[in-house]
Amino acid sequence: MTAVPAPAGGLRTRPRREPGRSSARAGQGRAGWAFTAPQVVLIGLFVLVPILMAFWVSLTDWRGRGSPFTGQVGFVGFDNYATILTEPGLARQDFMTALRNNAWYVLLVVPLQTAIALGLALVLNSRIRAKGFFRTAFYFPTVTSSVAISLVFIFLFTGGGAVNGLLGLVGIDGPNWFSDSRGLVHLLGDGLGLWDAANPPAALTDGGPLGLSWWDWLSGPSIALAALILLVVWTSAGGYMLMFLAALQDVPNDVREAAVMDGANAWQRFRAVTLPALRPTLFLVTTLGLIGTWQVFDQVYLISQGNPAKTTLTPAYLSYTSAFETGQWGRAAAMSFVLFAIIIVLTSLQRFLMRDKDAAAEKKAVRAAQRARAASSKTTFFQAGR
Amino acid sequence: MRSPIRRSAQAAVAVAALSLAAACGGGFDDTAEQQESGSASLTMLIASSGDAETQAVQDQVAAYEQESGNTVDVQVAADLSQELAQGFAGGNPPDVFYLDASRLADQADAGNLFPYVDQVDDVDDFYPNLIDAFTYQDTQYCLPKDFSTLALEINDAAWSAAGLTEADYPTTWEQLATVAQRLTTGTQTGLVIGDTRDRVGAFMVEAGGWFLNGDGTEATVDSSENLEALQYLQTNLAAGSFRYPSGVDAGWGGEAFGTGKAAMTIEGNWLVGAMEADYPDVGYTVVPLPEGPGGPGTLSFTNCLAVAADSDAQDAAVDLATYLTGADAMTALTQDTGVLPSRQSLADAYLQQFPERQAYIDGAEYAQGPVNAPGAEQVLLDFDSQLGGLATGDPQAILDSTQTNLEQAIGG
Repeated sequence: MTAVPAPAGGLRTRPRREPGRSSARAGQGRAGWAFTAPQVVLIGLFVLVPILMAFWVSLTDWRGRGSPFTGQVGFVGFDNYATILTEPGLARQDFMTALRNNAWYVLLVVPLQTAIALGLALVLNSRIRAKGFFRTAFYFPTVTSSVAISLVFIFLFTGGGAVNGLLGLVGIDGPNWFSDSRGLVHLLGDGLGLWDAANPPAALTDGGPLGLSWWDWLSGPSIALAALILLVVWTSAGGYMLMFLAALQDVPNDVREAAVMDGANAWQRFRAVTLPALRPTLFLVTTLGLIGTWQVFDQVYLISQGNPAKTTLTPAYLSYTSAFETGQWGRAAAMSFVLFAIIIVLTSLQRFLMRDKDAAAEKKAVRAAQRARAASSKTTFFQAGR
Repeated sequence: MRSPIRRSAQAAVAVAALSLAAACGGGFDDTAEQQESGSASLTMLIASSGDAETQAVQDQVAAYEQESGNTVDVQVAADLSQELAQGFAGGNPPDVFYLDASRLADQADAGNLFPYVDQVDDVDDFYPNLIDAFTYQDTQYCLPKDFSTLALEINDAAWSAAGLTEADYPTTWEQLATVAQRLTTGTQTGLVIGDTRDRVGAFMVEAGGWFLNGDGTEATVDSSENLEALQYLQTNLAAGSFRYPSGVDAGWGGEAFGTGKAAMTIEGNWLVGAMEADYPDVGYTVVPLPEGPGGPGTLSFTNCLAVAADSDAQDAAVDLATYLTGADAMTALTQDTGVLPSRQSLADAYLQQFPERQAYIDGAEYAQGPVNAPGAEQVLLDFDSQLGGLATGDPQAILDSTQTNLEQAIGG
């Protein structure tokens, strides 16, 4: 590699231009701040400050009367967090039950809705008839009010509802969905003969972390929660399908053609060309799914209110009832912040797991090369100057 | 040049500080300034079962406005507890509002209520155990506007089809179990009751137990009386002659009763209106709940007209609350809303008009109000969630865990 010698003028003009440029830059900076100020203040006032206020509430024993920022409100430090995380008692048991339910919910909803959305997008991106109709049909649940959808699902999933009617046609005696609290993993193990669900093994019931027994942690989603999972997957898959569809249309055709020329079959093309091209969208969809599913509230509020036997209780709904029904605002705020932390940690973890390893390695190499070049060009300048 | 991240962090802090200063400068604490009486303007937050009830309240309020010269803005809440919470947190609560007896302790404990019963002359006319339901730590807070009790409703057709007569109406637990057994056929269950403390609790009272002791200071959930009640229910649930509504694919006892899936149910006087509206052709009889080993027992449900501690027109608010709980207004308000007048002096006139509601009124003498302790709600919800598994569960374990939780709630 031959280093191109820098033009001599370049070195001389730079110091001369610097003062003017920096003042122009400062002016630009001021103008920039002036233009963004209204928005920054609005975000501060309606996002940042409320978050800080909520954090303050989570550190107090405020009972919901008057302002939480007066001297009469007692500061209790991290007591509210301790109540829901470390101290044995009903509050922790409820919160952990809610976390367990939500974890199972996320574990099922996110992969299912992502896979279904991707599948639908692939089908609708191929050459089939009536594409427009199907795109609208699949997207429709996403734009329909969740209240309307929840009501329809209540009727579909009653004991004598349409779902059980269909199951009856194939000889299955369907459960009374929204009032059945039996866990799916419990039932599965029972069916496989691993254990007797009515008489669980003592090894699992005797102890467990954080106030719930291992048996409770491993219950799996209840049948009622499974019905909610079906509802949410059905509703949200269409929205994510649209994102995949947009990304699929961006997959460069020449690369695909090159793969065909190389003799790759359909699966290989999907695996090696399409899927890598969809990686950013896949990340977006799973991240949005993860955040949305950890905050599930409206379906629970509308359909089950945490029943049966607390198997559809979620942290967001528990936080709502703790604040508005029982007046424990501090504890409710603490729950929200724990939920916030969980979402942040899981999203970061997911970001780390789904990072583009090739790109990361490439970037590293580029940075190393830059450093090397910077070092070598310095010497070049130095030598040129001499 | 400084790093952009550090710079934006500094900017964020500055913005937060500025916004906080802006937000807090403008008075978070308005101290209530009392309005002059005579022409006060009041807000009243109510929950309503429908247009008829709202209209009845508005008529009475209009009459009050005429008489007093105050103006009253009646607001119908979609979700009363949520809207109340917003009012209290904002420092601008409604002056007068409906308050369910089960929420009294929490609200009184938080200091949201202004007790006004000591300003009222004829408190003796109200049923004493309804006044007790609105008493927390020896302070009587507000006057009950009406009440409901539980009774046993029997489907006449199912009754005679099973070869039973009026003489067979159950008055004891044994008789109830026997007739429920006889009334249970392929598609019909003897007795369908809701799986919450609001129905199961009645059996605990009949056995002589309850969640709390008499003055509400001690948890008594794990008593032998409560155990007897749960065991009685467990036996009958296991036998299939008692069931929960979800077991017969119904939303509540009244639905199971109206559709004929239940021959008997235990509900309150709201059932009368529901049957009229949804199942007008079903003939039924209402009898008092059968006595248990501890004597007769039922539960009462009641709302009072509460006055906010932060009201800026407290005198006028108390005036409105006492007007609406006065004999004239109460007669009008309990006319077609299906609730019972909470004044004993109105019982006779009411029964002349609605003789079939005798069993509900009779319950007022010995009815038990809701659990009246702050922080008890979550504990009772947990109890409810365990009742679903009572048929196959361990009643002693249910009571023990509720005892521990309730002790923690009222002790802490």
